[in-house]
Amino acid sequence: MNYWPLAGIAIVVLGFALRFNPLLVVVSAALATGVLAGLDLLSVVEALGKAFNDNRYISVTWIILPVIGLLERYGLQQRARAVIAGMRGATMGRLLVAYLAFRQLASALGMKDIGGHPQAVRPLVAPMAEAAAVKTHGDLPEEDRDRIKAMAAATDNVGLFFGEDIFFAIASILLIQGVFEAAGYPLTPLELSIWAIPTAIVAFAIHSWRVLAFDRRLGRAGQ
Amino acid sequence: MITYEWLYVLAGAAFAIWAALSARDRRWGNAAFWALLAVSFFFGSHLSDLANGVLVLALVAIAGLGGLKRSDPPTTSPQEREALAERLGNKLFLPALIVPLTAVAGTLLYNFTPLGETGLFEARRETLILFGIGVLAALAATCLWLRPPLLGPAEEGRRLIDSIGWAAILPQMLAALGAVFALAGVGDIIGGVARGLIPEGSVFLTVVVFAVGMAGFTMIMGNAFAAFPVMAAAIGIPLLIAEDGGRPAVIGAVGMLAGFCGTLLTPMAANFNIVPAALLELKDQNAVIRQQVGTAVPLWVCNVLIIYVGGFLLWR
Repeated sequence: MNYWPLAGIAIVVLGFALRFNPLLVVVSAALATGVLAGLDLLSVVEALGKAFNDNRYISVTWIILPVIGLLERYGLQQRARAVIAGMRGATMGRLLVAYLAFRQLASALGMKDIGGHPQAVRPLVAPMAEAAAVKTHGDLPEEDRDRIKAMAAATDNVGLFFGEDIFFAIASILLIQGVFEAAGYPLTPLELSIWAIPTAIVAFAIHSWRVLAFDRRLGRAGQ
Repeated sequence: MITYEWLYVLAGAAFAIWAALSARDRRWGNAAFWALLAVSFFFGSHLSDLANGVLVLALVAIAGLGGLKRSDPPTTSPQEREALAERLGNKLFLPALIVPLTAVAGTLLYNFTPLGETGLFEARRETLILFGIGVLAALAATCLWLRPPLLGPAEEGRRLIDSIGWAAILPQMLAALGAVFALAGVGDIIGGVARGLIPEGSVFLTVVVFAVGMAGFTMIMGNAFAAFPVMAAAIGIPLLIAEDGGRPAVIGAVGMLAGFCGTLLTPMAANFNIVPAALLELKDQNAVIRQQVGTAVPLWVCNVLIIYVGGFLLWR
């Protein structure tokens, strides 16, 4: 058996590790894989062109940007921040659970840019979580404060990753559809996104439990 | 019948407008990149495979040479936005909800009422086509409500697409890589190796190897999107689906989510894990990853179980 086409995978891994432009890495890997499998360069370029063309629907999702951009022009991000800021008054654990739910729901409805580290975590979620923890547990050492802020960032990631795939018109769902369709298994975006729901629920349960346990641990350490 | 070609014309128009606005702004790299993408959407179905291939190489050359830059089209100031947000309140979320509502309600209506018999939409394409209709409805509603300047929607869209830059076509390019991998027989090669390692007939172990592969490759590459075509071609499609008869939708969707668990564990996913540590001025640059381990590992185990139960036990 000819194992050389696997070099394409090595190119992807190395290229990403060395921080080359990902588009450049992907196309180099495609060309190398095809040539090493014994195709001539021209037919690999043709195959790549055909596959790119067949998968155009993945990039169709960007037509939503004028809507989101327009709403941002009129204060969508600021309004989202006000909603998050309104979550005050709770303990650190409950605050982060509420933010997790908000982030998952918004992403599941296609608003994955509501939230995020520069827009929401740094200015709002992290300082609010820190303040709530100090209110319940009293003054905290530097390491604990860092762990609280890190947990706020982690909560944002978990909420985004395990909410966004419930929205069907998102790149990852359409990428799955494209790869499977090319292999002869046609699927619809909706049947894929429905199967993101069980994991979303489990992610909410596990991460909420962890955040609340973390809050309790901080309390014990303070006594 | 409404087909994907209609959506492609719509997307082509959006990219063409962004190209024109970029040219007016003298951002030639951006203009060329979005113009080529507009050509792909407008004419791709009528171009030869070779022409489409050359177009791909040209797109990659522009991106690889750093030709794409962020832009700053005229927009409202942060102070104005603060005041507008105060005045408009939570109603601002409503137009964004039109899109998923149109698509989901429309898909259900189309599939479970006689509407489907009209053959209005290309088969299996109704959700994404309804997404396009939802976007147009949301855009119309927002414009009627907020009365932005004529070029407002286009310029705000350009601000966002330029901030995404070349990454906008990365998923499409990765899907194309998956197709080339399939053509070159990469799946058969790895599938053959994996078959030698996994004990005969153990579906559960095959699921575990698939999920380990998704999380592992994601950790190495920092990107579940890049891992997906590789693992789907290697194990997901040839072994789990073709050989073991698993349910494709579960293996695809939850396989990707097993990859996302890997994203939570790797410094290679810098945007999510390292950048926030810097933004929050944490002493340990891996502090965010440390807080994610306890969620990612049990969640990965649950994903393995969901694939096994949903993809096999409940399927046959």
